[in-house]
Amino acid sequence: MAKVTIDGQTIEVADGTTILQAARMIGPEVAPPTMCYYSKLKTSGGYCRTCLVEVSKGSEKDPRPMPKLVASCRTTIMDGMEVKNMTSDKVIDARKGVVEFLLLNHPLDCPVCDQAGECQLQDLGYEHGSAKTRTDFERRTFDKIDIGNKIQLHMTRCILCYRCVKTAEQITDGRVHGVLNRGDASEISTYIEQAIDNDFSGNLIDVCPVGALTDKTFRFKSRVWFTKPVDAHRDCDKCSGKTVVWYKGEDVLRVTGRKDQWGEVEEFICNTCRFDKKKTSDWTIEGPRAISHQSVISANHYTKMVKPRELTLNNIKTIALTEGENK
Amino acid sequence: MQLTNRSKVVSNKEMSFKEKLYIPAILSGMGVTFKHMFKKSVSLRYPEVTRQFSPVYRGMHVLKRDAEGRENCTACGLCAVSCPAEAITMDAAERKKGEEHLYREEKYAAKYEINMLRCIFCGLCEEACPKDAIYLTDRIVESNYKRNSFVFGKDVLVEKIEDRIDITKRKKSYKID
Repeated sequence: MAKVTIDGQTIEVADGTTILQAARMIGPEVAPPTMCYYSKLKTSGGYCRTCLVEVSKGSEKDPRPMPKLVASCRTTIMDGMEVKNMTSDKVIDARKGVVEFLLLNHPLDCPVCDQAGECQLQDLGYEHGSAKTRTDFERRTFDKIDIGNKIQLHMTRCILCYRCVKTAEQITDGRVHGVLNRGDASEISTYIEQAIDNDFSGNLIDVCPVGALTDKTFRFKSRVWFTKPVDAHRDCDKCSGKTVVWYKGEDVLRVTGRKDQWGEVEEFICNTCRFDKKKTSDWTIEGPRAISHQSVISANHYTKMVKPRELTLNNIKTIALTEGENK
Repeated sequence: MQLTNRSKVVSNKEMSFKEKLYIPAILSGMGVTFKHMFKKSVSLRYPEVTRQFSPVYRGMHVLKRDAEGRENCTACGLCAVSCPAEAITMDAAERKKGEEHLYREEKYAAKYEINMLRCIFCGLCEEACPKDAIYLTDRIVESNYKRNSFVFGKDVLVEKIEDRIDITKRKKSYKID
């Protein structure tokens, strides 16, 4: 066991825990944001640098601070370590720079993008970024490739977090896509434009933090804040069958996995559940999904509203009588 | 007991001869009416004469086109989510090949409706729009007999290519530091 203090809050965690995991155990107010780290995927993290933190005291034995900011998703804690996240000006400044770099080549087509409203890059840019870019260069472009009829790839929006590659490697068998080329020119692609079809390939959509991989069956159907998410499940022989079903009116527009407060799915779901079961009769509805009131998805949704009764000539007398009694 | 000093004592005194005649009182009342005939009238003879609107007047909406005549709106839904009266509804569609001259981006609003009975003309839609697509103009929403006719679709809202609507007075130039 080791004691670690993050932003003034102390917690005792098992040896070998990373700073990020320890911070998440304390709570969302000290947890650094992540774009590439995904706790359900092994070896994820270390690419995006958004989770940089300052270690102001290395450990009880060696109290010297670490010379540079460290990636909290890849740095394990030491006994007596003191970490500064949002209380450090250096971290806030560095994170602002990281967001600027992530947005260097990111097209600002949020009005068109289906991920808008549940995009982690949007949240990150809103919380930690500056409102203006300093670059004058053209953003990179790619030849559009088709990766099947279920998943839409927008390579220009990709931030190269490698989450989808690791999902394909660890969740599905036989990965057919990866990152080609190097540096600025690297892109997610399939060899010889092979379609990604695998029972669990739809999870690439859920793990993608931006709108690079989106649901083709949901493409341009609706903005997420016009849809209503409900928890639902069904008996599935391939996966747990526990999903979130997104309604607009009576129609099921899309099905996704259940995401926790870190934006990570609780359980990966199969493609049958995700793409083929789009009727209310396919699902057992558990109830509305709790969405943070700060999210745009809960905008204009009233949970405690009592619908006023409609006044017609037939019921106006009875309403007047009952309301008189109530007084 | 007197609680306030606002109470008035009602007198029942007898009227004088002049007051009993009533004619001087009637004439002085007519005099007030007569004086107003020479004052400047408050109302206008609409629609022959129209009032000049201030540049910030918020009247009927317009959906703008760009310089090449393509619709600016991409159905991003920000106007609808910002609308406090929930007057705006829309359906998006994907632009097909060959429609590039009609719509500016790969997504466009296939249906765009504003319920003018719900609209409170607050202008938040205009403020929310990231694409310069919706503006409130100095045009007046015309009256009608049917409630349904106040749901304005794209046929009314989108400006005609040959008949552009000038919004330069309303256009803001934001500066972000």
